[in-house]
Amino acid sequence: MSLWHTLLLNLPFEWAQYDFMHNALLSVLLVSPLLALLGCLVINNQMAFFSEAMGHSALTGLALGALLGIADPTATIVGFAVVLAVAMVLMRRYSAVPPDTSIALVMAFVVALGVVLLSRGGGFARYSRYLIGDILTITPGELGVLAVVSGGVAVLWVFLFNALFFVSLNRSLAASRGFPAGILEAVFSVLVAVVVSVSIPWVGLLVINSMLILPAATARNLARNTRGYVLGAVAVSLLSGVIGLVCSYYWNTATGATIVLWACGFFALSLTVRRR
Amino acid sequence: MRSCGECCTRLVDFGVTLRGSRVLEQIRLHMHCGELTALIGPNGAGKTTLLRAMVGELPHTGSLRFIHHGNIETTKPLRIGYVPQKLELDRTSPTTVMDLFAGALTRWPLWVGTRKAVACEAQAKLELVGAEALLDRRISEISVGQLQRVLLALALTPVPELLLLDEPVAALDQGGMERFYQTVSKMRTEYDLSILLVSHDLTAAAQFSDRMILLNRTVLCEGAPKEVLLNPLIRQTFGFGFTEQEIDGRRPLFKQLEHEQCVLQTGET
Repeated sequence: MSLWHTLLLNLPFEWAQYDFMHNALLSVLLVSPLLALLGCLVINNQMAFFSEAMGHSALTGLALGALLGIADPTATIVGFAVVLAVAMVLMRRYSAVPPDTSIALVMAFVVALGVVLLSRGGGFARYSRYLIGDILTITPGELGVLAVVSGGVAVLWVFLFNALFFVSLNRSLAASRGFPAGILEAVFSVLVAVVVSVSIPWVGLLVINSMLILPAATARNLARNTRGYVLGAVAVSLLSGVIGLVCSYYWNTATGATIVLWACGFFALSLTVRRR
Repeated sequence: MRSCGECCTRLVDFGVTLRGSRVLEQIRLHMHCGELTALIGPNGAGKTTLLRAMVGELPHTGSLRFIHHGNIETTKPLRIGYVPQKLELDRTSPTTVMDLFAGALTRWPLWVGTRKAVACEAQAKLELVGAEALLDRRISEISVGQLQRVLLALALTPVPELLLLDEPVAALDQGGMERFYQTVSKMRTEYDLSILLVSHDLTAAAQFSDRMILLNRTVLCEGAPKEVLLNPLIRQTFGFGFTEQEIDGRRPLFKQLEHEQCVLQTGET
């Protein structure tokens, strides 16, 4: 950590002179590639709307934390998102309602419930931090938690990749190759729920899904094979993450949203480039 | 035919229940190696459901067994090759043919390094089905017929004991269909495979298969293709029947095509 601070202090930039920027940069370098990696599989498996719902469920998780009187509501946000992810997997399997409709229903419910609970007594403004995120206040301890979660998710992701790749192509084909589609989808849904909800205090629930989807969508426009797709997504997310963070410092804007604007820019650019 | 004819795949009292309703029941099937069995039946008969249960996607009752030479029966999972009717693909999908093989043959995420051995094996299998030029192409940019060939090559890697084909030619034109069936016939003798093929084109299926099974929630009748097609149950099930001439009618066309195989294959790309 001290090596990291020394390294940045030697950079000839104004933003590199502050500890909070050092921590923020480190968390961007940690979170954005992780979101991009997950995003590749989220797009393959057509789960973009599902991950959006996971982000919005943080409102209810937050409210539960407030009701229970917990100072740091991250635990209730993650816990509620995981429960909801499992519930949605079960709904998708056993309910006759089309998946996008059931996701919309669930999302409406958790947003409304969260807003109602949080706005009791007119105190909603206190929670706006979770809407737009605040990466500049991250402490080294919280960074450690983020690092542990990222590591765990990355390891699981490595084991799940090929299996989920086949599930996304055709479930029976996946089964014939020994990949149980149902279990894999449930595990991956929980993984997305954990990563999204852990990142929300720093990125903000309004834009978290864009950080998941945009880099992968950009790379998808350009890639000629799966390697290009995955590496491209990581590159785009790192680029927009770092540029967005530095820009938000100079523009004095919310970091998460600034990063997402850069990612949108890269996506627009990718549409103009012809795939080789 | 190099078939040993001794090993076989056996379904005993096989049944599937979906959402509380019995979709398939009391299926008894016997497939010998080196034999192509055509599975026919009306829409909703449970043909695809049977295949999905056989690959293990859906739970089933009864058993699926593989019996080796000399009546050694194993309950170990069969190695099953499966060719789906279609893949969930969008136009921006970056997946290449090589990605499919790498994902099937390696444990690491398929984009982490492309090992030479995998590429060689994939290339060899693609050559078998006449798709050798497609290794580095994206599967969203090749034709339906080419994709079916690639999926067949994938199903043969590693060589399975049982090959399941789910209406593999539904989206192909007449020429593409004939070529696909010819390749499958070749594989059957080459690898001594048991093949189960779901088909809607009854007369075409009759020409290429050794045996035919009429399915409608359970096995209604089975036997030589011509026998099955001439069975009165066909008219009862589908609402139309066949005459002997109609069944034989298309045979000469296929024989002729077999001689023109080379011409047709080069004409594909």
